[in-house]
Amino acid sequence: MSEALRKELRSALNKVSQAFDGLGDFTIFSALSLATIFKKPSTGTMIPICFRVGVQSVPVVAITGMFIGMVMAIQVFSQFQSLGMATQIGQIINVSVIKELGPVLAATMLAGRIGSSMAAELATMRVTEQVDALICLGVNPLHYLVLPRVLACVLLIPILTVLANFMGVFGGSMVCTEIFKVDPYHYWQNSRGHIQIWDLSVGLIKPIFFGAAIALISCHRGMNSRAGAEGVGKAATSAFVWSFMSILVLDFFLALFFNNLHQAIWPDNSIKTFGPK
Amino acid sequence: MDSPSANQTFLSLQNAGIAFNGVDILRNINFDIPKGQTLVVIGESGCGKTVLLKLLISLLQASTGKVLFDGQDWCALDDKRTNDQRLRFGFLFQGAALFDSLTVFDNVAFGLRAHSKCDEKEIEKLVLMRVKEVGMKESVLGKKPAELSGGMKKRIGLARALILNPEVMLYDEPTTGLDPIMTDVINELILQTRKTMPVTSIVVTHEMRTVTKVADRVIMFSPLSRLKPNEPQVIFDGTTDQLFKTADQRVQQFIHGEAKERTQDSDHNAHRDEAS
Repeated sequence: MSEALRKELRSALNKVSQAFDGLGDFTIFSALSLATIFKKPSTGTMIPICFRVGVQSVPVVAITGMFIGMVMAIQVFSQFQSLGMATQIGQIINVSVIKELGPVLAATMLAGRIGSSMAAELATMRVTEQVDALICLGVNPLHYLVLPRVLACVLLIPILTVLANFMGVFGGSMVCTEIFKVDPYHYWQNSRGHIQIWDLSVGLIKPIFFGAAIALISCHRGMNSRAGAEGVGKAATSAFVWSFMSILVLDFFLALFFNNLHQAIWPDNSIKTFGPK
Repeated sequence: MDSPSANQTFLSLQNAGIAFNGVDILRNINFDIPKGQTLVVIGESGCGKTVLLKLLISLLQASTGKVLFDGQDWCALDDKRTNDQRLRFGFLFQGAALFDSLTVFDNVAFGLRAHSKCDEKEIEKLVLMRVKEVGMKESVLGKKPAELSGGMKKRIGLARALILNPEVMLYDEPTTGLDPIMTDVINELILQTRKTMPVTSIVVTHEMRTVTKVADRVIMFSPLSRLKPNEPQVIFDGTTDQLFKTADQRVQQFIHGEAKERTQDSDHNAHRDEAS
């Protein structure tokens, strides 16, 4: 084996080992952070974070949710119309938005807007020794800084998802009925039977996992930031990148899990739906 | 200026060392700090002075040897005991490390709210007392740290560190980046703290003015990169008088380098004043 090849191999092995180190570190960080859940969050920490995560995310989630529904309507309409099924278009838009796009979109917006900001904030606190100051004042930084962020993301992301779902469905229907002049009665009548309670529930359970992943990854990146402006910038960027990847990976495995669960509970596919099917 | 309980070892490093990513920063450090003493640690940048402070309060764990506080090894303590012991310390960080999102009042009151059963009225009274002690006016209480100057931040940082009546005060470069007047103010506050409270102080600094003003004892570190493998890292341990009289070239170089730098600074300031 040549020296160059050996060097490459060693470097690759080092990277794999570092990746496992990082994963182990993140696992310990997450376990220690979640262990603080049994103690009430410190006074005055929850409301400002909930305001930032929830209230201030409303416009961005609403606008992106609406436009994703509108874009879907434009992309799907011509194909459905050529088959003479224009009034059925609501089914595909609503099912796509509620089952996948709404939760993933709300989570992505949260990762971009809140995840990066949380990572940058905690990274700045780390490099300016504010985290050390907390420890010196006898306060657990995981309880004081991480727990409120995790709780805010986990509790508020389902509400943001409902908003993204609503705006997506609304945007799609507006484009179909107002621009493409699909008959509203048939549009809504044909849409109704295709959203199941199961779909809605899964669409609201998945974001809880996304929210926890975003908060934990962002806080972990922030708390382990390197010194200097570059370190803070890198923490913010990597928080978004890793959060986004984790959203997609989690989405795949959760979809797989809930599909299997659905099959196990209702093997004959006899499911409860809203309205006639 | 030793307290009555002097010579009773309060903090002790026994062959303590620490390494980051396999690079030694501190190696085989051995010294005791008696109760009530004001120890000033000097040395070049990067010789491990701040790391030493963080070892003393167990923000960092020694890779080798032991760090003892009040007879107890930090490593032998569980999380709760470690936390309880840390509350006996006050730490003035280099950049003051005030919490950006909180007001000055909330910063100073932070320790009380977290660990005392005082009601808001008592907290307000104590905060006001501490803030006045460090020479600040009541009007700063509602401000955010970003609105304060460097010297004001340091003073508020000191008020926050003192609010829980610590037994040990750690000062990390308390006068760095401050003008000579503010440097004197901070030095006076360190002295005043020692007079009003029975506190053991460890001051890390580059400023010879701070050394001459506050030190009972001075320790000088050398960066490990400048030492031979078995050479001790503490190159001077004695009083201020002994520091200025020592024949050790490395110590003299540091003192005179600092003195020269100070003279140049003063000249520069004088020229600037004349020009303005």
